[in-house]
Amino acid sequence: MLVESSPEQRAETAAAPPSRRAVRALGLLASLVLLALVALASIAIGAKELSLEQVWHGLFEDSGTYGDVVVADRLSRTVLGVLAGAALGLAGSVLQALTRNPLADPGLLGINAGASAAVVTAITFFGVTSLSGYVWFAFFGAAAVGALVWFLGGSRGATPVRLALAGTAISAALFGYLQAIMILDDAALGRMRFWTVGSLASGSDSTIVQVLPFIVAGSLLALALARPLNAMAMGDDTAKALGANLNRTRALSMLAATVLCGAATAACGPIIFVGLMVPHVVRSFTGPDQRWILPYAAVLSPVLLLGADVIGRIVARPAELQVGIVTAILGGPVFILLVRRRRTAQL
Amino acid sequence: MKTNRAVRSPGGLSVRLDVRALTVVVVLLLTALTASVVLIGTGDFPIPAGDVLRTLVGEGNAGQEFIVTELRLPRVLVGLLVGASLGLGGALFQSISRNPLGSPDVLGLGQGATAGALTVIVLFSGTAGQVALGALAGGLVTGFAIYALAWKRGVHGYRLVLVGIGVSAIVTAVNGYLLTKSDIVDAARAVVWMTGSLDGRDWDQVWPLLALCAVLVPLVLAHGRGLRMLEMGDDVSYALGVRVERVRLLLMLSAVLLTASATAAAGPVSFVALTAPQLARRLTRAPGPNLAASLCMGAALLVTADWVSQRAFGAEQLPVGVVTGVLGGVYLLWLLVTERRAGRI
Repeated sequence: MLVESSPEQRAETAAAPPSRRAVRALGLLASLVLLALVALASIAIGAKELSLEQVWHGLFEDSGTYGDVVVADRLSRTVLGVLAGAALGLAGSVLQALTRNPLADPGLLGINAGASAAVVTAITFFGVTSLSGYVWFAFFGAAAVGALVWFLGGSRGATPVRLALAGTAISAALFGYLQAIMILDDAALGRMRFWTVGSLASGSDSTIVQVLPFIVAGSLLALALARPLNAMAMGDDTAKALGANLNRTRALSMLAATVLCGAATAACGPIIFVGLMVPHVVRSFTGPDQRWILPYAAVLSPVLLLGADVIGRIVARPAELQVGIVTAILGGPVFILLVRRRRTAQL
Repeated sequence: MKTNRAVRSPGGLSVRLDVRALTVVVVLLLTALTASVVLIGTGDFPIPAGDVLRTLVGEGNAGQEFIVTELRLPRVLVGLLVGASLGLGGALFQSISRNPLGSPDVLGLGQGATAGALTVIVLFSGTAGQVALGALAGGLVTGFAIYALAWKRGVHGYRLVLVGIGVSAIVTAVNGYLLTKSDIVDAARAVVWMTGSLDGRDWDQVWPLLALCAVLVPLVLAHGRGLRMLEMGDDVSYALGVRVERVRLLLMLSAVLLTASATAAAGPVSFVALTAPQLARRLTRAPGPNLAASLCMGAALLVTADWVSQRAFGAEQLPVGVVTGVLGGVYLLWLLVTERRAGRI
């Protein structure tokens, strides 16, 4: 592409891809429509059913009726779901590309567990109560565990088993720590048993305002990394020959994944498997080009997360099944299916 | 130093003895027993070791007799048996998955047993016996699910580990759900159970565990040779006359039974199954699964950890699972670093 080409050649190369590009762009548009539909469902469906008119009324002609209050409440929950879903999906895609590992997932690699352990520490020992206070702890925990897993399992000659094992082992150790805290502190148990399963129920305007800047910054960084990650997919040597700065790309990718996971975990608690499933689904129709995988993942992950949230509200009505539980129950079988597929070991 | 000696009988039969491994087994066994005696003497009413021994052979006074045989001995016996089962089960799993981290903790068996126990605690508010049965059922179902899902013309190490991780994630979510559904009293009981504790264990827990160990331990040790061959790869061991899938299925079933029943008795005491075989292997310096040494190591570890948890935290007792969790977590990190350097993970 970088080579100077004659006008005719340029017209030729431009003629073939645009049709495919147009299909992909249309697909992205369709995904956005799908996201809008799921978001609408997430506002309408719940313990109190709302008709579409009521949703419309609540969204655009808010006059403080009972329905409008419900809509406002579910709206912030839905917005949080969109943000967290996009963050997890992007983080998963970046991690899979960075580690060249089809089984990389923020939850599976222990990054979410690191953020959880740090948040729980902040709540218990430092008396931090506001989200804006412990989001920094979440970043620190996510970054520390991310670096550790990367060092232990991934830095060179990484295999899917190695990375997954390192992540799981660290999660197990952190889980033991969380349990010790829960035993010693009944009040902490009361709060944390809800937080540690992962839920969107905490969604409020202040939560959204606090995590929004981090998620936007992390997402932009992740999207900007598409080209260098494409180069890295060809192997370190080829990537270097193509002019990619390997260490900078790795560091920036880890930074993006850490910020995204830390913000999502601080807001909703640990949610597993969203970052694993969506990139696989996306790859099956976009191919290996990160420039398409990343935007698709950013749009389709919230579809999955909000869909799981809606399912959780329908299944356990009038109570609800936390979204982290639904995604684990949906995602576990997908993960096992990926493991059983023959070519899993390579990506 | 030559560690292998061959002992020949006049009739022409011979047996090869690994002196170092044998010494390690004996030393570990003595350590476990000594720790048990010390543990029996520890508590609100301390008893000197000499009196404990005298009481155990039936010559103590009535008060000590009651404290030792009714209160403390069953607890220590449960600790020994649970530790031994976990050590042996962990050694089997690590050998079958050919991975030092392929222990029941990581594969989700503990989580599965927890799910069974939580179901009984939260949904039925069951008695301790029912909770144990639930844990046993949960562990067995999870073990069977992992084996079935990892099966694809035979079970291979890495697939077993990864499928275990996947199953573990699903079951963890179910546990989280059960925990949020419960009221705070049940939740506190569930969390203590989930950590693993030897508090208040009596003879009712000893007998079933003892019976199970009496059957399974000889069975597993008898198949130790086959397991050692299996570590060389399926093809080689097949050529050497091992019925690969049959031995593997039998040993996995035993390992699942051992871990699930240990979990049923004491809760999922974390990391014993992971660390015991590793420490044993480093002591014996012998290749192969080191089954007997792992068994003794597990027993010694658990009883010592229980003593530490009683001594270190005094009246406000932390369950033994917290001690093994903290120590095991640190050891695990060290293991990850060294195994990575050696390229064995």
